[in-house]
Amino acid sequence: MNDAKRNIISGRSIPLRGNDIDTDRIIPARYLRCVTFDGLGEHAFEDDREQDSNHPFNQDRYAGANILIVEKNFGCGSSREHAPQSLNKWGITGIVGESFAEIFFANCQAMGIPCLAVNHEDCQILLNASEANPSIKISMNIEDKSISLQELNINASLNDGSQRAFLEGTWNATAVLLKAENEICKIASSLPYLNDFSNV
Amino acid sequence: MSKTLLDKVWNAHAVCELPSGQTQLFIGLHLVHEVTSPQAFAMLRELGLKVKYPEQTFATIDHIVPTQSQQRPFADGLAEEMTQSLTDSCEEFGVTFYDLRSGQQGIVHVIGPEKGLTQPGMTIACGDSHTSTHGAFGTIAFGIGTSQIRDVLATQCLAISKPKTRKIEISGSLSEGVFAKDIILAIIHHLGVKGGIGYAYEYCGSAIEYLNMEERLTICNMSIEGGARCGYINPDETTIDYLRNREMSPKGDAFDRAAKYWKSVASDDTASFDDVFKLNGKDIEPMVTWGINPGQSVPVNQKIPSPSSAPEGEQNSYQEALDFMSFKGGESIKGTPINVAFIGSCTNGRISDLREAAKVVQGSKVANNIKALVVPGSMAVAAQAKKEGLDQIFSEAGFEWRQAGCSMCLAMNPDKLKGREICASSSNRNFKGRQGSPTGRTLLMSPSMVAAAAIAGEVVDIRSI
Ligand code: SF4
Repeated sequence: MNDAKRNIISGRSIPLRGNDIDTDRIIPARYLRCVTFDGLGEHAFEDDREQDSNHPFNQDRYAGANILIVEKNFGCGSSREHAPQSLNKWGITGIVGESFAEIFFANCQAMGIPCLAVNHEDCQILLNASEANPSIKISMNIEDKSISLQELNINASLNDGSQRAFLEGTWNATAVLLKAENEICKIASSLPYLNDFSNV
Repeated sequence: MSKTLLDKVWNAHAVCELPSGQTQLFIGLHLVHEVTSPQAFAMLRELGLKVKYPEQTFATIDHIVPTQSQQRPFADGLAEEMTQSLTDSCEEFGVTFYDLRSGQQGIVHVIGPEKGLTQPGMTIACGDSHTSTHGAFGTIAFGIGTSQIRDVLATQCLAISKPKTRKIEISGSLSEGVFAKDIILAIIHHLGVKGGIGYAYEYCGSAIEYLNMEERLTICNMSIEGGARCGYINPDETTIDYLRNREMSPKGDAFDRAAKYWKSVASDDTASFDDVFKLNGKDIEPMVTWGINPGQSVPVNQKIPSPSSAPEGEQNSYQEALDFMSFKGGESIKGTPINVAFIGSCTNGRISDLREAAKVVQGSKVANNIKALVVPGSMAVAAQAKKEGLDQIFSEAGFEWRQAGCSMCLAMNPDKLKGREICASSSNRNFKGRQGSPTGRTLLMSPSMVAAAAIAGEVVDIRSI
């Protein structure tokens, strides 16, 4: 599963200011009426973009950027994987921000999209740099838990489990979970509610 | 060593520790709906895998069903396609499907409890963030994304890290006109929408113990709005009484054994928590949101805050919310004219919610030019309401009486706000665009407050009528 390993993600960035940007804004619910994730990319932030012609996702200068920079509690709200799927289909392969909603973070991980957290000051540095010069490249480093922006090296945080999953390419959990076949059966046979409560 | 309910349930379901450091957690009940599952079933097919425990997997449709006519095929071709897709997947993989024909359809978080599927001590997962609802029974219940649905379908397990626990103690009792919805809005108001990140919330204290199961569901439902991964209430006699004689509850001797087990999973008295938060029930007032997240709320008699009074770092968010809502800091929320009143959703679409709201509207009329609708959370709720004549009370007052579904809680079916409409809503989210119009506005409140607003045509204090 070598192709699944994630360590360095580099490229141009797109800055998105605002705390608590929820999944309804990332992908409005009407686009959840689908049986595949295809075609979601073009609808990312559709309503926000319509109401704000200056929305970063409307600006040509950020076209082709693959690292999204956000602020606090990004991706709060629903569990819809359609949200990270639409970002990913738009071209996003890594996200840096002050903090992430948990289900959103887990969905990103399950898709192989690392979300690295940075402190407030560093987040502002990254947002400002991206706004000032969208052609600048940044790099997310999973192994070092850092972001590099030219000479600047910024500390980032990521829980060790997620870090290992990205480095080892085991973020797609199904294969890993399937391995514990025997243990799964053991737990199932020990749970009272699966055994008519006869073992209470 | 004394343990919390989370510790006990977690330990009983921990299959192993994964190389990533996460736990491989067995999921005892997997609930499925039409929106987040089609891609997961497709992934399963691609991998050539089966559903591991189809007998622990239950599906329904709720988000996309129209609530006016539920005749198939639906007018919306996409909705029809999704429904058919779930029908086919359930058949192919041997999953029980509470579809429209079953007479048992409803919002997934309403039917789980009412059928007795949700039982204390379980781990539960569903591709929906409000899965936290089921914690009201003393379960550990997680909302998950589509890739994780695939994981649970294929292995009955999730790769997940154990959250920390915060004890939220609501002491005392509630005043007249104050409901479970107000408790949870007040909690989120105090702790913020990010406050729960990394936590499971344990709700306890006399004001919580006093609540019936449906009210407890309302509280746990919105745990996710406070950022928590899940929320739960320790099982007690109220829980056990509720489960007695439910369709899927254990029967006879097995029920007695179950009841003993259910009580045993409650947190020990001396269990310790990573954090504790306390509130006195008598200090809670009817709450109304004024902004664009469920933490942006005020007691109905207080003024909408100005950005200068926002907590550190939240000034911009406050300003953004006020701009979107066209409100000004210092204005009263009471007296805000509304266009739409919505009673329903997995937060407040249960029979007790409809009973409370019906008490308010009985003998009154919905104000002019207000669109008011009542949408039961399930076919069973609808049937019970009809038996009690509640549908008549609502219809006579000028409410539209609809069929079961998520309806105007979100914008995936024909029930939507238009333009800048303001909706008094018993649902759980006031995000921008949530109710179907990108510029529509939502005021969250209890069902009784929604009913009162529908009659008055504006936000009122339920205690004053
Ligand atoms: S009622 Fe609303 S919150 Fe609940 S499941 Fe349906 S859409 Fe989601």
